[in-house]
Amino acid sequence: MKRMIFCAALLFAVCAPITTGAQNPGTIFIQNATVLTVTHGNIEHGSILIRDGKIAAVGADLKAPEGAAIIDATGQYVMPGIIDCHSHIAVDGSVNEAGPAVSSMANIADVLNPDDINIYRDLAGGVTTANILHGSANPIGGQTVVIKLRWGKPASDLPFEGALPGIKFALGENPKHSNFPTPPGVTPRYPGTRLGVEEVIRQAFIEAREYKKQWDDYNQRKATGEQNLIPPRRNVQLDPLVEVLEGKRYVHAHSYRADEILMLIRVADEFGFKVRTFQHVLEGYKIADEIAASGAGGSTFSDWWAYKMEAFDAIPYNAALMADRGVIVSVNSDDAQEARQLNQEAAKSMKYGGLSANDALKLITLNPAIQLGIDARAGSIDVGKDADLAIYNRDPLSVYAVVQKTLIDGQVYFDRQRDIAGRAKLAEEKQALLDKEKKAAEAKKAEEKSEKAPETKPDKKKKPPHDDGGAVESGVAGGSR
Amino acid sequence: MKILHFSSRAVALILAASLAIPAWTQTATTTSYAIKGGKVFTLAGPAIENGTVLIRDGKIAAVGAGVAIPADAQVIDATGLEVYPGMFDPITQIGLNEVSAVSATLDLSELGDYNPELVAATAVNPASAHIPVTRANGITEVIAAPGATGFDLQSGGLIAGQASAFNLAGWTMDEMRINRSVAMVINWPTIQTRSFDFASFSIKEKPYADVRKEYDKSVNALGDWMDRARHYAQAQEKGSPALYERDLKLEALVPVVRGKLPVLVIADEARDIRNAVDFCTKQNLRMILGSGAEAWKVKELLKDKKIPVVLAPTNRLPEQEDTPYDKPYTEPSELFAAGIPIAFSSFGTAFSRRLPQYAGTAVAYGLPHDEALKAVMLNAAQIFGLADQLGTLEPGKLANIIVTNGDPLELQTQVRYLFIKGQLTSTDNKHRELYEQYRKRPQPAR
Repeated sequence: MKRMIFCAALLFAVCAPITTGAQNPGTIFIQNATVLTVTHGNIEHGSILIRDGKIAAVGADLKAPEGAAIIDATGQYVMPGIIDCHSHIAVDGSVNEAGPAVSSMANIADVLNPDDINIYRDLAGGVTTANILHGSANPIGGQTVVIKLRWGKPASDLPFEGALPGIKFALGENPKHSNFPTPPGVTPRYPGTRLGVEEVIRQAFIEAREYKKQWDDYNQRKATGEQNLIPPRRNVQLDPLVEVLEGKRYVHAHSYRADEILMLIRVADEFGFKVRTFQHVLEGYKIADEIAASGAGGSTFSDWWAYKMEAFDAIPYNAALMADRGVIVSVNSDDAQEARQLNQEAAKSMKYGGLSANDALKLITLNPAIQLGIDARAGSIDVGKDADLAIYNRDPLSVYAVVQKTLIDGQVYFDRQRDIAGRAKLAEEKQALLDKEKKAAEAKKAEEKSEKAPETKPDKKKKPPHDDGGAVESGVAGGSR
Repeated sequence: MKILHFSSRAVALILAASLAIPAWTQTATTTSYAIKGGKVFTLAGPAIENGTVLIRDGKIAAVGAGVAIPADAQVIDATGLEVYPGMFDPITQIGLNEVSAVSATLDLSELGDYNPELVAATAVNPASAHIPVTRANGITEVIAAPGATGFDLQSGGLIAGQASAFNLAGWTMDEMRINRSVAMVINWPTIQTRSFDFASFSIKEKPYADVRKEYDKSVNALGDWMDRARHYAQAQEKGSPALYERDLKLEALVPVVRGKLPVLVIADEARDIRNAVDFCTKQNLRMILGSGAEAWKVKELLKDKKIPVVLAPTNRLPEQEDTPYDKPYTEPSELFAAGIPIAFSSFGTAFSRRLPQYAGTAVAYGLPHDEALKAVMLNAAQIFGLADQLGTLEPGKLANIIVTNGDPLELQTQVRYLFIKGQLTSTDNKHRELYEQYRKRPQPAR
């Protein structure tokens, strides 16, 4: 079973990205679509010219250059590729290095799995970029990475070029281990309260500041030409925190309650760094002014609530209320399925809090791009930006919208018609593999039989219920919300 | 932009004020309402333009284009709006689950594997914050099913207890109850070689032969329970109470083995569904399939045995790595096309309000829109034997009605008026209250 799945994944890998097969490779022309630019309105019967993976022109009166591959999008809608600011797809194994309270030495970028089928599934939901985060088991968690969903490419090709790396912080119930009992015989890990969570973060930054000072002194003396200097001892736990202090690494802080959000803003002020985004931030609406003043973004859920105590005051108006007070807000998934419907989730902020359609779209495009510092390259349909696009059969803010194509860097990475057309071949390949496996098993059995005479007969009295054969593997929810 | 928002909100506020719906109460003096001027979707015939729905004493008294409005009826002007039966979420944990991670707020999963005597209605909390939140999105009645969490998260034993149907408004369960027992919940066993062990926080692997043995043992045990219940029923019929010992568990199973109470079997994998159908056929039980993530693989069997399916949320991941990416989205339309009765369901609490979204997604992938409406309003009532009271706008039925400003399956649609048991019911809830409270928070001093 496992082997077969692996082969299926390989088949996809060979297919993607889908080449357009034009004489003028690298030049693609999407024509006659409703173009939702996000930054400068919607263009009816609009076209997008793509050259070498970048948007070269957008408008209503463009002409296709000779030899360009044409994507006819008559009656369809093109929007910027969706950016998911909180994802755990494409991670090999657990997302949590849950041992120490500060696991900043662990890096998600080291364990990217390009064969995770959820990359393809989310791509089929219009997602082109995702912020791949460490889990929320620690006040200071592991390092994070922004990727493009370049399905079929190796892990080294996934990271979003030039995007600043991040680090996951986590406040509240998860880092203080409220909802999972400590196994018997295991000493509970500090911290066990929100008080302790703050202390862990402050202590870590006191050490990081000290460590930074040692290095700064060393580098300064070295620069003056001093000889025979011994460099400070490298500390891989503190290195990323120094990057935070230097503004070279973004802090993405998992948070729920208003008090803990204010706590981290205070701690960040004390040490002179900025929180780039508060993730989940379900009580962000209670202190939207304070978040806005701190310069942090808010990346939240649409309508999740009551799954734990700190989510009991969560309201679906959160995105709209924070946006109204000037917070840059995105709506994220934290879940491979939710990512496939982020267009639907964004639409809910029109119902809850009255955002305009364009502001609703921003929640999953331009705003997460700003939060991740990639808005010069992604998040809207503007000349010069990467051609990361999602094409829907109708207005993507409708529950009835279906993704037809997803492009990254101007290449079609998902094509619904092609996916459907390829299913028969996939089923055929699966059957062939199953047959081969069955044949091999039978041959092996026959061989064993000829070697020794059968001693036992199968008990025919007990008739078991139906059985498809093969063990069933259960998926384990790698929850981190 | 900010001004725009404010003005749209102001309009919404003025609208809300003009409705003048008192905080919800079942002691309202009005017993008669006339909803007039809207487009009425009865689900029992073609839509009626400019129709009137007359409500009296909690029930629908008349529906039509030329219905005379009695003098004592409070008139609700639905001009430009649409009128539908309320939505019905048939497998939920509403009232049994307040905060999922806080066990003190849960009454979902009793200890032990066989609990047929337990009834959800016993512990449904009428003051749950989920009730007003859910009904504000147009869901007027639900079934709470103990232990039936569906899609791979089963708990609460193999026979988890009896599911109860109730309206999402009322001071007590006595006032809310539609039917205390609508189905016996059976969590069909699964064969899982790998499972997550919370005690050690790691994945435990067991040999296939071992889990297979456990599986067969569970299925046999379920059979034993049904056999014993049948003997108990015979003793009840033919003997006198003095001759047998009263057994609450067997007593609860008697309506099941007599075919009076359906079994709601929660199963996802094709193999498990086949085995469950096999079991129910042999035991002569009325089966409703719940969840059924791979029901699309056994369409012919379900059609042949006339087994309805309460669908797992449409918005979910495919079962296997090589399952088509859109299979959960197309499954409802495939089952419908095969002639299998379907109903959408949330299988949850906080996401019960997503019910129309699940139906809408299925429409995007091929389910006819009018069938999707039935699958959130009418079909569950039929599947659970409540269609004489619910599911359509027809005289004599319970007046559970929603008045919307558009397509109830679309994400931006608002429920403007809500009637439960014929009472105009407020759509206020915890979320809107917090919204109003914090929307007005003054800028903090800097």
